[in-house]
Amino acid sequence: MSTATNTATDSRSREKAPAGERVADWADGRLGIYSLAKSNMRKIFPDHWSFMLGEICLYSFIIIILTGVYLTLFFHPSMNEVEYHGPYVPLQGQLMSEAFNSTMHISFEVRGGLLIRQIHHWAALIFLAGMFVHMMRVFFTGAFRKPREVNWLFGFLLFVLGMFTGFTGYSLPDDLLSGTGVRFMEGALLSVPIVGTYLSFFLFGGEFPGGDFVARFYSAHVLLLPGIMLGLVVAHLILVFYHKHTQFAGPGKTNNNVVGMPLLPVYTAKAGGFFFLVFGVISVISAIASINPIWSMGPYRPDQVSTGAQPDWYMGFSEGLIRVMPGWEIDFWGHTLVLGVFIPLMVFPLVLVAIAVYPFIESWVTGDKREHHILDRPRNVPTRTGFGVAWITWYMVLLIGGGNDLWATHFHLSINAITWFVRIAFFVGPVVAFIVTKRICLGLQRRDHDKILHGRETGIIKRLPHGEFIEVHEPLSQEQLHTLTAHEQYVPAEIGAAVDENGVARKVTRREKVRAKLSKGYYGGDSQIVKPTVEEYKEITSGHGHH
Amino acid sequence: MSSQEIPEENLPAEQSAGLDQQEHGAVKVADEKNPFADPGLPPHEHRIQDIDERAARRSERTVALLFTVSMLSTIAFIAAYLAIPVDKAIYVFPIGHISALNFALGCTLGLALFSIGAGAVHWARTLMSDEEIADERHAIEAPPEVKAKVLADFKQGAKESALGRRKLIRNTMFGALALFPLSGVMLLGGLGPAPGTKLRHTTWAKGKKLVNMNTNEPLRPSDVAVGSLTFAMPEGLDEHDHDFQKNIAKDALMIVRIQPDDIKDPRELEWSHEGIVAFSKICTHVGCPISLYEQQTHHVLCPCHQSTFDLADGARVIFGPAGHALPQLRITVGEDGYLEAVSDFEEPVGPAFWERG
Repeated sequence: MSTATNTATDSRSREKAPAGERVADWADGRLGIYSLAKSNMRKIFPDHWSFMLGEICLYSFIIIILTGVYLTLFFHPSMNEVEYHGPYVPLQGQLMSEAFNSTMHISFEVRGGLLIRQIHHWAALIFLAGMFVHMMRVFFTGAFRKPREVNWLFGFLLFVLGMFTGFTGYSLPDDLLSGTGVRFMEGALLSVPIVGTYLSFFLFGGEFPGGDFVARFYSAHVLLLPGIMLGLVVAHLILVFYHKHTQFAGPGKTNNNVVGMPLLPVYTAKAGGFFFLVFGVISVISAIASINPIWSMGPYRPDQVSTGAQPDWYMGFSEGLIRVMPGWEIDFWGHTLVLGVFIPLMVFPLVLVAIAVYPFIESWVTGDKREHHILDRPRNVPTRTGFGVAWITWYMVLLIGGGNDLWATHFHLSINAITWFVRIAFFVGPVVAFIVTKRICLGLQRRDHDKILHGRETGIIKRLPHGEFIEVHEPLSQEQLHTLTAHEQYVPAEIGAAVDENGVARKVTRREKVRAKLSKGYYGGDSQIVKPTVEEYKEITSGHGHH
Repeated sequence: MSSQEIPEENLPAEQSAGLDQQEHGAVKVADEKNPFADPGLPPHEHRIQDIDERAARRSERTVALLFTVSMLSTIAFIAAYLAIPVDKAIYVFPIGHISALNFALGCTLGLALFSIGAGAVHWARTLMSDEEIADERHAIEAPPEVKAKVLADFKQGAKESALGRRKLIRNTMFGALALFPLSGVMLLGGLGPAPGTKLRHTTWAKGKKLVNMNTNEPLRPSDVAVGSLTFAMPEGLDEHDHDFQKNIAKDALMIVRIQPDDIKDPRELEWSHEGIVAFSKICTHVGCPISLYEQQTHHVLCPCHQSTFDLADGARVIFGPAGHALPQLRITVGEDGYLEAVSDFEEPVGPAFWERG
């Protein structure tokens, strides 16, 4: 390199540039990392405790992949029957599949194998629980609104795929409990009209249980499903970066800015540190709380079962559906329509799709095409919050149904009564939850309304000269006033005039009518408390002696 | 499309920006005109570590201590991995007896990781700048001129491809692209055989002895006492057989003895041997094995979804999600005095399916 013509600073930077910079230069010349870092290295991330829920999902996903790769080193996805000769005495001499045998080997002979197995399983449960709560956060704060609807769908797909990845993984050890779950799935497939038996025979390579399903589930569990999920996670994160994170209303926070800490260093340290916190906590849980002890369940035999059989929690609601459904079977021109199983099988995706499509329904009702980066407080959107709580109630009712035997034995209840409770609550529960939630939201809105106009109750009682006692109200600061009034309130959409400006009758479509109705339900008089106006505020605060 | 239906004035106005442009940290002035206006970012408040170097050094030591704990924990992990036998169990209150190695490895790994995390977070919270910064947002959608350029480019590209003009190419291309995935669909045919009538038959046949699942001995009528539940399989079935799992999934039988007077269903009585009745053990709901028997009522319960069947009345469903009664196997006693089947089940066992009829 000739440095003769360069200025002094140039030559200095070339000769004495630190090693890190030289490596970065090399990479920049090939990958363009400086341009990438320019927009991202000091990217701002707002801070709120609820924003870490998604991080829990991301980190538990990484932990699952790391531990899962380790487990593949020892696990044999084969259903060949072998006799057990390992150190666990109660099972010695028993016939079991190689899958079960190798899982026993991991649990009892590989040093640390049990720990990794348990971390893998615990992380999977936490992954799904994390996604569930993260979705609630996004739902109740309206973070799914434009421009984030697609990311909501990505997240939804991750949740659904996570359920199936969990189910296939849970089935791999071929133990008595998971085998029972697989049998349940086979029975559900058989109920599908016309093609049910074919679906079952194609999945199991013949009659249940056959010798193929562990190997087939294995490739889905370690390759196909996580591959798709990894792609979705990356897309999800890219969109989070591209959209920039949402934030709650507050002083200095607008729809056109994002206020918080830069990626480097604060967010890197906090988020990176949080990965270790999550991993650390899951490790300790796995050290002290045994999960899926396959040795105590034994290998799968289609003619054996244990009582209290339960799927992992995220499958519980489908279990509830199947348990409380009446056993309807209809003869259909010489064929059997197994409605008692098929209806739950069809309601199962419906429960999920209901939340997937919600953002599109709401944006259709509001007709709002603007971008929204300021989060809603759940109380300020009573109808949406009501729907969300109704959905959760639905889900929880089904979870109770899924564990009806455990409820019966633990709380000394009649299983008949629980089943009927679930059947009724399936329809009534969400409605009640919706109404109650909406009332609570409106109550909270009224409280905000009072707080804005009359200030905060200080708890200080003052006695006036003429003997009257009053409570001192402290006016809110401008920050608080702004925060409490920053939310937008929609006006219900109205059906346009039935005649246009020329007096020609216009056809009012059914769509429009439905929409106007929905809009009225969402934002009509009973569905929100009109927030105080500046005039009201001034009128009240300008007078004296008010309280 | 729907935006046309709703006039813009129905959308709420955005909260006025107020003193938006105000510099961060500047002294804010109450807005006389609009008390609800955005006052701008509040001034930054210093933490003790920002103004007191001794407090900052304390934080530094705390972070360093956490990182040191992590290092020590990792060393402890390695020591535990090398030293503790894999089969050693210890008693830990209140968990009970657990694997010592699992406990030690999990706790040390957990502590090592948690300390790194706690150190990093503490570092970020106490020593890194906590001054909030505001970044501008930009509209996600492209500006109109970019959109116009892209549309023009696309039109140009489409025109140059002549896809719209040369219909023959277009149609045959769509045909070819639509057909070739069929090869993949065909290949899936190898996943399994057609069901045929396989679900209708079991191993049971005329003269097959009922073998006690626990003892592996053929059953005599005297082996079946009133009030007991016996599980049986057809003779000749061996655990070591290749198809054992597949066969037992359909063949599994449960046998009870009921006083003939108590049997309400006439066909059931006819198919029994002196009150000994044999029913399929596989639940007709989704195929779990039924395993709970109530002696007094002759009810059996599937532990998976609580379908309950009355064995004294043709095993009809009395509770739960099952859709039809358990199939009964017709049994008799052979010349040598053992219980045996008269024929295969007359209807398919297990969950219902479309072709069951």
